[in-house]
Amino acid sequence: MMTTDPNNAPGASDAALRPEAEVLAEARRRSRRSFIGLGLAGLAGLGGWQWLTAPPDDSGTPHRLRQALDANGRLSQAYFKQTRLAPEFARRRATTPRVNGRVGLAEALDPAAWRMRVQAYGTGETQEFTLADIQALPKVTMTTELKCIEGWSTVVHWAGARLSDFLARYPLATRGGQPADPLNPPADLAPYVGLRTPDGKYYVGLDIASALHSQTLLCYEMNGQPLTAAHGAPLRLVTPLKYGIKHLKRIGTITFADARPKDYWAELGYDWDAGH
Amino acid sequence: MKQLVEKHPLAIRWFHWVNFPVLSLMIWSGLWIYWANDVYRLGWGKTTLVKFFPQSFYAAFHLDHKLAQGMSWHFVLMWVFFLNGLLYVLYTIFSGEWRYLLPNRHSFREAVLVTLHDLGIYKKPLPVRKFNGAQQIAYTSVVVMGLGSVLTGLAIYKPTQLGWLTQLLGGYEFARIVHFALTVGYVLFFLVHIAQVVRAGWNNFRAMVAGFELVEVDPATRQVVAGPAALPAADAALTPNSSPRSR
Repeated sequence: MMTTDPNNAPGASDAALRPEAEVLAEARRRSRRSFIGLGLAGLAGLGGWQWLTAPPDDSGTPHRLRQALDANGRLSQAYFKQTRLAPEFARRRATTPRVNGRVGLAEALDPAAWRMRVQAYGTGETQEFTLADIQALPKVTMTTELKCIEGWSTVVHWAGARLSDFLARYPLATRGGQPADPLNPPADLAPYVGLRTPDGKYYVGLDIASALHSQTLLCYEMNGQPLTAAHGAPLRLVTPLKYGIKHLKRIGTITFADARPKDYWAELGYDWDAGH
Repeated sequence: MKQLVEKHPLAIRWFHWVNFPVLSLMIWSGLWIYWANDVYRLGWGKTTLVKFFPQSFYAAFHLDHKLAQGMSWHFVLMWVFFLNGLLYVLYTIFSGEWRYLLPNRHSFREAVLVTLHDLGIYKKPLPVRKFNGAQQIAYTSVVVMGLGSVLTGLAIYKPTQLGWLTQLLGGYEFARIVHFALTVGYVLFFLVHIAQVVRAGWNNFRAMVAGFELVEVDPATRQVVAGPAALPAADAALTPNSSPRSR
């Protein structure tokens, strides 16, 4: 087979010329083979698509796509570091975010009667906390970007107590009842945290590493004011490690679990991890 | 008389044809994602020249209310897009193909001539080589754009874990704009690419599938008189040393 480098100007001068009929026959043969090959590759691609999107459906997403999302989640968990912080912004850039979710907030709220119920990982016993209990913990403020999974983002100034400070003061996340130190997590620490609204209609799951991160807050103030009902009064979760869908408003109950707790949007086809 | 000349190596043809459907699906699933916050436009103040996108566009292609599906697709296919692109770049480096693809100091002047020629303004024949200056610039730019899509994509995918990258790329919102603008760039590239492939004809298109082109060789002088290996002497000054493997 004669092969000539097309850039090897002036070309075929030192190669023997082949009869034209032979050249055309080879061209036809190679064209046919290559186009059939391309067609088969296209069919293989379609087959791959069918395979990826084949049932069964896993919470609104074909299960193989869901497996890929979960693999991405594990990869980012492996890369995750407690000391890596979401960027902070100047306080003056903070604005009021759009109210984008009202699920779980339908019932009228009696702030005086509200309690945060936390079910201990070890004993399963439920302990109740008032807003004053949370406010008695060190107050942390941060001006971070709230990023909605829809694609918009807003810089917001938040104030609250670190969930990690809460779980250090009230050691409910370990079987043995020791405080949960995020930088040196005890072996019997719960791997997952679940949160839900008092009516149970909105619920999110978090990996323990994100839950214990220093920027994950039990938040009671937004832009210097107590939370309004629409933004999750009296206490909401705020974490710039996750999309807004995980920032559960009006915390009712916190639980700890060995498996991923159910998650409102993950049941509707979204990534469970939804992590940043 | 017609002779057969090798043009595109098999590996490059594979990378090209894998990339085409994968990038198309990345753009498609990207539209599903973008729909959920479709705020971009070309314009100033209250004047909008182009809105990305009018409702009719979403309606025509059923692009609405598919954010979750779009994210699932996007975050699976991103691996294929990235790996295929990475292998392509590695292949061009180690095979030496980069010599044909990378623009040199003459490419920009030649690209202007090619553009003028294609618009019917410049009438003299152009140098016929594997890739002319305009192609070198286009094919290298699109690889840089691909890298840009991967980096801005990572910056908006993990803006905390990769916060340094997000900050480097101008922050979360700016990185998202660049990620979108690059996609518009692919669409424009595609339109010009298709127009040029149609113009160049069957011989050129077949080379991207089968690898070879048929050229016309003068049996007496054995000079290629038409086809990719013909390099008119008049243009030699335009592209000195354009042939890396010349003996």
